[in-house]
Amino acid sequence: MAEPLETVAALRRALDAGATTSAELVERALARADALQPRLGAFVGLRAAGARREAAEADAQRGRREARSALHGIPVALKDNIAQAGEPCGCASRVLEGYVSPFDATLVERLRAVGAVVIGRTNMDEFAMGSSTEHSRHGPTRNPWDLARSPGGSSGGSAAAVAAGIVPLAFGSDTGGSIRQPAAFTGIVGLKPGYGRVSRYGLVAFASSLDQIGPLARTAEDCADALDAISGHDPRDSTSLREPPTRTREALGGDVAGLVVGLPREYLGGDGCDPEVARAVEEAARELEKAGVTLRECSLPHTRHAVATYYLICTAEASSNLARFDGVRYGRRAEGAAGLTEMYERSRSEGFGREVKRRILLGTYVLSAGYYDAYYRKAQQVRALLRRDFEEAFASCDALLTPTTPEIAFALGERTGDPLRMYLSDVYTVSVNLAGVPAVSLPCGFSRGLPIGLQLIGRAGSDATPLRLADAFQRRTDHHLCRPELPA
Amino acid sequence: MSRIGRAEVERIGHLARLRLEEGEAEALARDLDAILGYAAELGAVDTAGASEARSGAALATPLREDRPAPWPGLEQALANAPDADGTAFLVPQVLEGEEEG
Repeated sequence: MAEPLETVAALRRALDAGATTSAELVERALARADALQPRLGAFVGLRAAGARREAAEADAQRGRREARSALHGIPVALKDNIAQAGEPCGCASRVLEGYVSPFDATLVERLRAVGAVVIGRTNMDEFAMGSSTEHSRHGPTRNPWDLARSPGGSSGGSAAAVAAGIVPLAFGSDTGGSIRQPAAFTGIVGLKPGYGRVSRYGLVAFASSLDQIGPLARTAEDCADALDAISGHDPRDSTSLREPPTRTREALGGDVAGLVVGLPREYLGGDGCDPEVARAVEEAARELEKAGVTLRECSLPHTRHAVATYYLICTAEASSNLARFDGVRYGRRAEGAAGLTEMYERSRSEGFGREVKRRILLGTYVLSAGYYDAYYRKAQQVRALLRRDFEEAFASCDALLTPTTPEIAFALGERTGDPLRMYLSDVYTVSVNLAGVPAVSLPCGFSRGLPIGLQLIGRAGSDATPLRLADAFQRRTDHHLCRPELPA
Repeated sequence: MSRIGRAEVERIGHLARLRLEEGEAEALARDLDAILGYAAELGAVDTAGASEARSGAALATPLREDRPAPWPGLEQALANAPDADGTAFLVPQVLEGEEEG
């Protein structure tokens, strides 16, 4: 089997030194993706011909000294909910069977512009609704650290592809933790940028007030390079911040002395957290303290209401966003319906999986006459309180430190029968989306041979701060250098 | 007390244009009842004075002028249609004698 690919930074050095070519890296990525697919199920489609052509182009540019960026010639993978012109974009759903995107997402345009090479689309929970990558029409993705366990979700395919060394960088979307939780479960770094930082044009919408695109990689440094390449205002996404691309990479360097990091007591003292996870996260805090960070206990008092608030808001938005899948303009249409309503109902009922139906129904219910005030309006009000919690904490802290998840990766099949239990595994990640702030998950230890994730949360507008802290931590520790053993 | 039963799930299903199978509606009613039971805790949160947060960032709703821009074109728009005729998407009969408005 082809050797695993190392970090973006290491591959770039090899490219710059002439020790390898983009064509060679893309071949290795494609070969490894193929070899691991029966065991991991990380991909739903590879674009070998397109990737080979683009790699050859990147090599020709490099030969002419026109390599344009940190990502030039680097093979990457994209979650199956991001549009690429001429490629399927299926959201792991039967409802989008046969759909081929007529356009590129802004993310894809920007990756092309800097010379990155997309090798394929990764598996996910259907329409990004799930925390385990089991709700997919393609079957589950498996965790490279233990094939009987989930890689987390919904960006589980992207996380597994990076953790298994198929690609050094992949992209996902995070609505309530869908980048950070899989990054935690697979021992890699996952960044959810602040709301509006990365254009969502061409990302299939799940919950529009929460969705954000972000990178998954082995290091904070690689995530910073990726964010700098894909951020910046886009007039085609009305929520896009009117700011130029970030320059987070130049903020990294290991010096974090003087930063104040808050430890929210609701996250660290909670009785729902696995003691080994809590211990690893506390040790990580002490490591940052040794680097000159000041630790300060703080409080996010409405944390215990975050999961309920999140599931009322995200399902309400999903029920509206997913109304467009009606069998008229694209996707799957049920055969032989007698009239229009029957066609809508049968196309949707046959096309959507159980979890998506559950969320559409819940969202329709909380928005319906008689229940709107009690559920949806109430959730919006509690959301405002959660946001205020963060504003108050950030009045005296530069960043907050928490576990990413209350426990290590769970077994496949363990939670699919109990949706509420599955939802509760998002307890440490959803508040970040409700508040719209940036956060990164990075590996900070192992329990029973499985990775533990540390979450660093930044204030709105300060995407660089959590990355700076994560980078400083990775310079001082070696958790991110551990690799799963995948037999050849 | 049960908040939501099978009949309610079927009513909501029709609003959402989802047709549920016999066993499916009952299982979904149980799931939704458990989730709504959990969410009922929000009722006890004091939200007096809390504004409603509509999105994650403190953004005013940004408006802009409509500007015509090139688009991939008719052929590509229709390429994904399950059924099309000339320049139109084809759908089954619309007037069915029920409450479609």
